[in-house]
Amino acid sequence: MSLNTESKLEKILKAGHLAVTSECGPPRGTSLDKIEEKANLIKDCVDAINVTDNQTSVTRMCSLAACIKIKLMGLEPVLQMVTRDRNRIAMQSDILGAAAFGVNNMLCLSGDHQSFGDCATGQNVHDLDSMQLVQTVRHMRDEGKFLGGGDIAGPPKIFVGAAANPFADPFEVRVPRLAKKIAAGAEFIQTQCIYNVEKFEKWLEIARDRGLTEKVFILAGVTPMKSAGMARYMKNRVPGMDVPDEIVKRLSDTPKEKQADEGIKICIETMQRLKEVKGVAGFHVMAIEWEEKVPELVEGAGLYPRPEVD
Amino acid sequence: MIRSITRRKPDEELDRLLEHQNRVFIFGCGTCTTLTNTGGAEQVQAMQEYLASKGKLVTGSTVLPVACDNLTHEGLRAFSGQINQASALVIMSCAFGVQNIASQLQKMVIPALDTLFIGKETGVGQFNEVCTQCGTCVLGETGGICPVTACHKGLINGPCGGTNNGKCEIDKNKDCAWTLIYNRLAEIGQLDLMKRFQPPRNHQGEPSPGKILLEG
Repeated sequence: MSLNTESKLEKILKAGHLAVTSECGPPRGTSLDKIEEKANLIKDCVDAINVTDNQTSVTRMCSLAACIKIKLMGLEPVLQMVTRDRNRIAMQSDILGAAAFGVNNMLCLSGDHQSFGDCATGQNVHDLDSMQLVQTVRHMRDEGKFLGGGDIAGPPKIFVGAAANPFADPFEVRVPRLAKKIAAGAEFIQTQCIYNVEKFEKWLEIARDRGLTEKVFILAGVTPMKSAGMARYMKNRVPGMDVPDEIVKRLSDTPKEKQADEGIKICIETMQRLKEVKGVAGFHVMAIEWEEKVPELVEGAGLYPRPEVD
Repeated sequence: MIRSITRRKPDEELDRLLEHQNRVFIFGCGTCTTLTNTGGAEQVQAMQEYLASKGKLVTGSTVLPVACDNLTHEGLRAFSGQINQASALVIMSCAFGVQNIASQLQKMVIPALDTLFIGKETGVGQFNEVCTQCGTCVLGETGGICPVTACHKGLINGPCGGTNNGKCEIDKNKDCAWTLIYNRLAEIGQLDLMKRFQPPRNHQGEPSPGKILLEG
């Protein structure tokens, strides 16, 4: 087994285990306590913790600072970096800073449009796109060079991930786009939340037929629904999200006080089904502001305890 | 034909800009802002009434044929008497015209419009931005549809994950650029172009402010 980095996530995936990651959203303030609290809720049932980067374009504590906090707790952070807010100088600089503190993983994203957030009139950057960011990290790591060609003293040893949304249209471009991200250097993929399991399986089948699942580790993204209202919101209001009518109906038919439990149940069923699907290398559990439920989900899916690696 | 597309500034902003200006002369433009109903004869007349209602003395007005053109100085000369009586010029052309007029008269200029984009009229009363003049054209690999302009994130390596039934996630009135590109490339049998990795763009094809001096 040849490892490219010190990443625990890389070790677990390359050892053939189903990996489990989850995420923490940094606070809208300066207190690290919130990060510590969230990380402590999930630390025993995940291999790595993604830290979101000003998600939905709402200004928060920077992902890098929160990642460092998680690292100092002895845990394994995944630095999410969006191309919306920084140019190529700032991104390369932050990559060095992350690696300097032993942040071994990155997820490269373009990021939600700023119009969704609290600075809707701000300028987005997108000097690089997510695909170019993937290539940049790999170039810095593997060639030991900056984009400008200069040598890096101590290249950043970072395990590089990207996102994929099998549900956005046109469907036909979604596997080729995955292939392009892999060619750019993506080593792991975390997908959009999966509710339409058939469609995800169809996407994965095409990827598998093209040999892509041999080249990249695909972590299936799941998010438990808290209520029928949330399901309807995700279905109707969140672009690129595919929530089948059966899911909405199943939650609506459940008494209000039982809907959260039902949402957890659906999520566990999804993971149990996908665990058996060839090409699924693990799960990315996004329990949005519901981190305390992650252990129950991971255990319910039969993914606890987590494997030990050196 | 391409046009400079403008929108009238909100009254509050105009009021603020004109706070200490009591005598004004108004310019319209007979070209782009006439076409977009933002600075033609009718809008100049309406502006005159609006400013009068705010207690301003309008010393005169004219609709210049082409406010950005070099010949504009002739129009300015023809109205020099009324212009001289004004302390400020309210200009209902695009910013090209505003700067052209400002460079020729020692007067305070107040743009009444915001210049939004250089656009193409694609239907009656409909204008679309199709080129941002980025300096490094990618149209040869995108089926003649510009993702730098038409994608809200300017992505050049394919669509983001927010495509929503062929529309952009941030505006359901705007098509997803990459859905258009995909369909076009499929039509002309060139889908392989989408597989090509586009390296980081050169954002300094012509460093802003652009300036070209033809040689020879």
